[in-house]
Amino acid sequence: MGETILSVKDLHISFRTLDGKVSAVRGVTFDLKRGETLALVGESGSGKSVSMKAINRVLPGNTLYDQGEIIYEGQNLLKLSESAMEKIRGRKIAMIFQDPMTSLNPTMSVGKQIAESILIHEDMSREEALEQAVELMRLVGIRNPQESWKNYPHQFSGGMRQRVMIALSLACKPDILIADEPTTALDVTIQSQILDLIDDLKKQLNMSVIFITHDLGVVAHVADKVAVMYAGRIVEIGTAEEIFYNPQHPYTWGLICSMPSLDTKDAALYSIPGSPPNLLHVPQGDAFAPRNAYALEIDYEQQPPFFRVGNSATHYAATWLLAPEAPKVVPPAEILKRQDVFKHTYLLQI
Amino acid sequence: MAGAVEGAAKKEEILTVRNLHKIFNARKKSEVRAVDDVSFTIYKGETFGLVGESGSGKSTTGRVVIKLDDITSGTVIYKGEDITHIKKKSELLSFRQSMQMIFQDPFASLNPRIPVKKILGDALRIHGICKTEQEVSKRVFELLDTVGINRAYVNRYPTEFSGGQCQRIGIARALCVNPDFIIADECLSALDVSIQAQIVNLLIQLQKEQGMTYLFIAHDLAMVKYISDRIGVMKDGKILEMAPANELYSHPLHPYTISLLSASPLTDLIAERQRQRIDYDPAYHQYPEGTDPKMHEIAPGHFVYCLEEEVSKYKQQLA
Repeated sequence: MGETILSVKDLHISFRTLDGKVSAVRGVTFDLKRGETLALVGESGSGKSVSMKAINRVLPGNTLYDQGEIIYEGQNLLKLSESAMEKIRGRKIAMIFQDPMTSLNPTMSVGKQIAESILIHEDMSREEALEQAVELMRLVGIRNPQESWKNYPHQFSGGMRQRVMIALSLACKPDILIADEPTTALDVTIQSQILDLIDDLKKQLNMSVIFITHDLGVVAHVADKVAVMYAGRIVEIGTAEEIFYNPQHPYTWGLICSMPSLDTKDAALYSIPGSPPNLLHVPQGDAFAPRNAYALEIDYEQQPPFFRVGNSATHYAATWLLAPEAPKVVPPAEILKRQDVFKHTYLLQI
Repeated sequence: MAGAVEGAAKKEEILTVRNLHKIFNARKKSEVRAVDDVSFTIYKGETFGLVGESGSGKSTTGRVVIKLDDITSGTVIYKGEDITHIKKKSELLSFRQSMQMIFQDPFASLNPRIPVKKILGDALRIHGICKTEQEVSKRVFELLDTVGINRAYVNRYPTEFSGGQCQRIGIARALCVNPDFIIADECLSALDVSIQAQIVNLLIQLQKEQGMTYLFIAHDLAMVKYISDRIGVMKDGKILEMAPANELYSHPLHPYTISLLSASPLTDLIAERQRQRIDYDPAYHQYPEGTDPKMHEIAPGHFVYCLEEEVSKYKQQLA
């Protein structure tokens, strides 16, 4: 793992709407290292897509960047001019989206689309660009690219279209690839192939990848580091091992417990009661408190700061349960089981 | 859930599907054999899961069974009655008072321009379940209680609800007619993980309280295993393997099932990191002309689509 390549500091974003100001992102802070894969997990509306789109500045016109910085190569991306941003967007920081059909142009052959994006960013002839496009299609595992570059998006299956999207986003060998639920619309077999593909390419090109997903299985497959988001804030961040086997925030507990594993059976599935808060009216205190069975009195009054978990240099959680004065609580059985694994597997190695 | 099926003696067939075919654009160049000779039986009070990739024909199977699409050939017997050829509106209405469907996209399946009260009320009126308007509102409130939606929201429109709440309203609409059988077609895939758990718990609760039978169509293998008693694995319009849920996951036999299970992401980090994907060659189940592959029972309740010759090979695998 290399040096820090991207650093997001205390990012606040809101949207002006007819109903008022919606605070979508309320203080997001994280660092991304070269060659690292960060997974951003959370429910829809938790602000994970918004904070990632902010990095590339592709949010709609009613967006307010209230506070915070996004530092890339020593400059704050939020302060850059649009023309300076165009040199970074796509070339240095690329994105792939959930639905490959709506992100591709249906009236243009896929080869030309890839070549077009190469031409925008690099100085070469159309023929050379097309050759490179075919090469990229081969790299992402599209069969017979010599012929199939002439095909239109609708002639490809969902998985192949997503490969085209990946080829498109890799056209300029970006430093950072942001993948927004790239496999949610795909079947498990195809999903598995795409995840492996992104992982291989990451290693070949020494990219950093940010993965937005709500599927913990996907997270386990790809992530070095995991950030769990709730109501516009990161509530817990740590290495994949720490989040899967030593989670501290009750929301993370809920997420882990609500997914059946292949050997869950007969016990009722844990579900987090209620629904996420409306960010039009930001609640006082911890936004998760009303749904939190472990909520303390202070949770309704004050937002918890980040507490360091144990002696870990990487694991932080924003819950009052970690405060020195907090009462001891017993997490759900599934979590205890996992923490036990953690003690025996990971702590011994350190 | 498990426990619903206790001993063979108590099993009562509720739905029997025999040699079901659904062919789109028959005898044209664009012919698609969406469902190709599918047979299965569902017993009262159990959950039968159908899994497979998109295009495997699992959704079409569900739509054909509830007669949203016509059957090309084969028979569907529901509660002892042959419903294959019912066409008349009155017959369809009475059939659908017993069988209902929940759809994948909770937003698309509710009319955005009418409030919840009317969405549910109309279903009650069309089926002639409630005579007076007082009865309608009383029943609408009861339904909202059942699915856990606040009664105060009765005049709200679908757009004012979250995805999970919309799915609950979709379930309430299916429950309007007091059905015995519900086809749930990917009813979780549009929802967040934590909301999925809420909906699954609701479905299981309904099964416990009202003895509901489910045909649960999905591609999330962990969830299907969790909710189903028995599972069929579909590919290219055929069921390739069918077995009790635990048996299928602990002793998968057909190479396609093995491949599908190997592709399913695990929520356990250590297991997921060690997971090896096994690729499947579709040529495996394309048998040459003249051979007669069909479902063979390898172990009690465990069927695999294969040739007579392959049976002993599979039996050995199990042993």
